[in-house]
Amino acid sequence: MRSQAVATEDTDLRAPISAAAPAIEVEHLSFSYRDRRALDDLSFTIRGGALFGFLGPNGGGKTTLFRVLSTLAPPQNGRARLFGYDLAGSTLEVRRRLGVVFQHPSIDEKLTVAENLAHHGHLYGLTGAKLRERIAVVLDQLGLEERRGELAQTLSGGLKRRVELAKALLHEPQMLLLDEPGTGLDPAARRDFHNVLTQLREIRQVTIVMTTHYMEEAERCDTIGILHQGRIVASGPPAELKARVGGDVIVIHTPVPDVLIRELAQRLQLEATVVDGTVRIERPCGHELIREVVEMFRDRIDSVTFGKPTLEDVFIHLTGHRFVTESPASAQ
Amino acid sequence: MTTTAIQAAASLWWREITRFRRQRSVIIGSLVQPLIFWVLIGWGFNASFRPSGMPRGVSYVQYFYPGVIMLVLLFTAIFSTIQTVEDRQEGFLQGVLVAPISRATVVFGQALGGTTLALIQGLIFLALAPAAGIWLSAGAIGAAAAIMVVTAFALTSIGLIIAWRIESTRGFHLIMNSILVPIWFLSGAFFPAGGAPAWLGWIMRINPLTYQMAALRRALYLGHPNITGPIPRFALTIPVSIVFAIAMFALAARVASRSTVA
Repeated sequence: MRSQAVATEDTDLRAPISAAAPAIEVEHLSFSYRDRRALDDLSFTIRGGALFGFLGPNGGGKTTLFRVLSTLAPPQNGRARLFGYDLAGSTLEVRRRLGVVFQHPSIDEKLTVAENLAHHGHLYGLTGAKLRERIAVVLDQLGLEERRGELAQTLSGGLKRRVELAKALLHEPQMLLLDEPGTGLDPAARRDFHNVLTQLREIRQVTIVMTTHYMEEAERCDTIGILHQGRIVASGPPAELKARVGGDVIVIHTPVPDVLIRELAQRLQLEATVVDGTVRIERPCGHELIREVVEMFRDRIDSVTFGKPTLEDVFIHLTGHRFVTESPASAQ
Repeated sequence: MTTTAIQAAASLWWREITRFRRQRSVIIGSLVQPLIFWVLIGWGFNASFRPSGMPRGVSYVQYFYPGVIMLVLLFTAIFSTIQTVEDRQEGFLQGVLVAPISRATVVFGQALGGTTLALIQGLIFLALAPAAGIWLSAGAIGAAAAIMVVTAFALTSIGLIIAWRIESTRGFHLIMNSILVPIWFLSGAFFPAGGAPAWLGWIMRINPLTYQMAALRRALYLGHPNITGPIPRFALTIPVSIVFAIAMFALAARVASRSTVA
């Protein structure tokens, strides 16, 4: 209860700023590495209080966008503002308002949980009684009180991620920025982490922006932006995006996708596409079609799957590419 | 510097000390190596090796002793700045880089940490002076400690210049060893400039570490200036050492501000 009272009070203090400006405004942002364009003329706005997710496969530009928004990499072209503060011009103002959770741990393994938090607090100008109070609050919010004296290296992956979150929340940021929060966690720990995030949003109004390549993580966001080859190819609430895919999705595994496509067009006037060797049909009331298709091409079909569109289907629908998610661990 | 910056630097310093205390092997490791050098080279050469230009009445063990202290400072500086490379690899540094403090503040904290560790190691080594037949006065200890601080700050800053630009610890070791060890070797730690060939003498004269070495030598023999032989005086060595340390720190801060490796 105490922690809630503290959190509410602080939210009130900061409310005027977040009400005045959107959480993030990005205009014509581009970013290139030597020979590769990672972000290509991005423009978007994220409203205060949102739970926004950037969904995309590895290499889609998420990590670069995260690096720019977290102020690790300065924007090369275009501009980005956080609560009205320019990322390039008012970096320190931006940093004060931002709590960052990295994909790779940023805690010191040789320090205890409490020492990690104290050190982090010092970097953000917190000291003395205020610092002790904030440490107590975040440890309580994240259920880490009993671990406060333990060395970080002795904690499980899920608990470490919680310490990362505790650290990011310590200085009461207006926005939390998370890079692939579910990566490296088993499904149970991932669910647990997201429940904690949801609770935090209820306790204090904080804007949450994350990058992810997990569909179920993206589903939990109230708005998502789909990143592909450095561009946002679509954004909106997950349900709205899924509605863009025409009804149901039928995927046919076949040794002869091209033949099937041609015949589907000729004999059933059906528009289908080949994605990664499978034939996809997007269509309302798809179940009625399955029987017909299977009977007609029985000997050329290995299997048929049928389902309501997922965010993965949205991605395929928009880009014509399969959503490749392998080897997130190989990132630098 | 603002209060927040001082506090942030202090916290980075504190963190380095805390880590150090928890890694006993490292403490011992960075002392044992110079100690072995001193025992093997110092006593091994003591009877047979007398570089020309070495002052009379000084044994080689004695001559080499301040050089070994310098080596302790050097190894500790290398060790402590390797932490910066590891911090980047392990991810700790990214959290520091998004905090609302300048890179110069971060570098200052890191340099202070390295300096403190080097000073502690140097003071431990200073306790061995009687084994070299050097009896230190309180003034000598104070002066030596002050010079060790300035020297360690410079060496740590050099380490940070490299550490902020390089990605692997292996590369860091290579570069540090190929830069710092020759600088140490040609600082008068091993043999005096007076007896060296002219061209080598000139290299030693433009080597900044020569002045810190000379300052340390004079500090250890505070009150007995004729024992140290013909080396630069405090009036020259102290300003040179301080200016060099500040310059190296400024360079490290500049490199860190531009680094986008993390």
